[in-house]
Amino acid sequence: MIRFDRVSKRYPPGVDALSDLSFDVAEREMVVVGGHSGAGKSTLLKLIAAVEKPTGGAVLVGGQNVSGLARSALPYLRRRIGMVFQDQKLLFDRNVFENVMLPLSIAGFPPREAAQRVRAALDKVGLASREKALPVMLSGGEQQRLAIARAVVNRPNMLLADEPTAHLDNETAADVARIFHEFHDVGVTVLIATYAGDLFQGARRLQLDHGKLVS
Amino acid sequence: MRVWLTHHLEAARLALRRLTAAPLNSVLSLLAIGIALALPAGGQMLLANARHMAGTTSAIPQISVFMATNADRRAATEIESRLAKYGGVKQVQFLPREDTLTRMKSSPGLRDVIEALPANPFPDAFVVTATDDRPEAMEKLAVEFRQWPKVEHVQLDSAWVRRLDALLKLGRTAVLLLGTLLGAGLIAISFSIIRMQVLTHRAEIEVSQLLGATDGFIQRPFLYYGFLLGLGGGIVAWLLVGAGALWLRMPLSELVRLYDLTLVLQVLDARDSALLLGLSAGLGWLGAMISLRQHLRQG
Repeated sequence: MIRFDRVSKRYPPGVDALSDLSFDVAEREMVVVGGHSGAGKSTLLKLIAAVEKPTGGAVLVGGQNVSGLARSALPYLRRRIGMVFQDQKLLFDRNVFENVMLPLSIAGFPPREAAQRVRAALDKVGLASREKALPVMLSGGEQQRLAIARAVVNRPNMLLADEPTAHLDNETAADVARIFHEFHDVGVTVLIATYAGDLFQGARRLQLDHGKLVS
Repeated sequence: MRVWLTHHLEAARLALRRLTAAPLNSVLSLLAIGIALALPAGGQMLLANARHMAGTTSAIPQISVFMATNADRRAATEIESRLAKYGGVKQVQFLPREDTLTRMKSSPGLRDVIEALPANPFPDAFVVTATDDRPEAMEKLAVEFRQWPKVEHVQLDSAWVRRLDALLKLGRTAVLLLGTLLGAGLIAISFSIIRMQVLTHRAEIEVSQLLGATDGFIQRPFLYYGFLLGLGGGIVAWLLVGAGALWLRMPLSELVRLYDLTLVLQVLDARDSALLLGLSAGLGWLGAMISLRQHLRQG
């Protein structure tokens, strides 16, 4: 599903975020990428979604070298990937329903079907009763669940999450981890970059240190 | 098709929501655009009225040749014959003094005055159409006719129409120039306003891109915003020009009446109104497109 083939990423003025990184993630697999802050976990996820381009090697998603994709092809790659961002990237002037609706509008879903999917996704993450609320009215855990609902509403076959349990209390973090497990259980490939890998029992672990794979 | 339409309606609705989100800013922007567009639109309206006025007056240059009042009909017949044979004269129309008197008597304001006169005060006259209607050729003919016996007065009737025509040509050029400059100004205004909008909605654009939005999807609400801004500015301009026309109608009518002309100032006709609204909306859209392309290229 995902292949990193001797991937390096260097940011100006010469900081190596990833060095000669090679690994595979199989379809329907759940992988947790661990490492301290600055180890390169976020960069790794950004390379998969082609938000960043590697300075060396190749990143393949579904057999396709994403770093070689034309700008016009990137939207179609990203629609196949559900992404939960470290800073969530919620739109604070839109309510819960509208935030989750956005990927479906982008993908061109008919409004009626889109609305059904949004409600199903909100139900899945336990936010069905909050669809009219603005994100600012939600707790940290609810905002994270909203970000997850938005990532999965498109029913992607791959889910990437960057520190999805950061800033959450233990109970809420466990709740969020459970949601990821549920998606994995129904066949979604899940790749999570987190320092709290213990929450994701049963997942394969990749450990990064200064941009290098150490285990 | 229905989905496509729904998405466009959604983008238009979002643009309208953004436009009404900051009403004072939007009103001031619309006023700025409207006032800028009102100048060429108003010029076009005045030109259309002047063209109409010129069109209802004889635009064919003619020379009026008036006999002396004491000249008899024989002298007039000789002049008519001479005019008909004269090189450079295309057509001659004889206006007998009796016909002129009858015509003038039919004018209510003049009847009493003319009937009080002891004799017919009008001379026999000719209206001459020249083969060459250039001003210098016409003037040459007039000079020649003035020297003929029993000819009292020669007048180039259409000189003012020609001057008006020249003025209209100048006016058309000025309106075109003004329209081009202010059209470019509208693109610049739209560009700047959309730039501000893009900066305001930068986070939304970034998120949309990460979620797989194409450039077209991102651009759509902003393009509608530019379109609505231009269209709104066009409507403001149309209203300003209309109000100006109503305000000027009376004093202008009184002014042209002093020159024996009739003019009821008309507002922009359907064609010019459609042109104004279409161009303003199109230029607003164009400014937005240039602004967005620049932003997305940089991004």
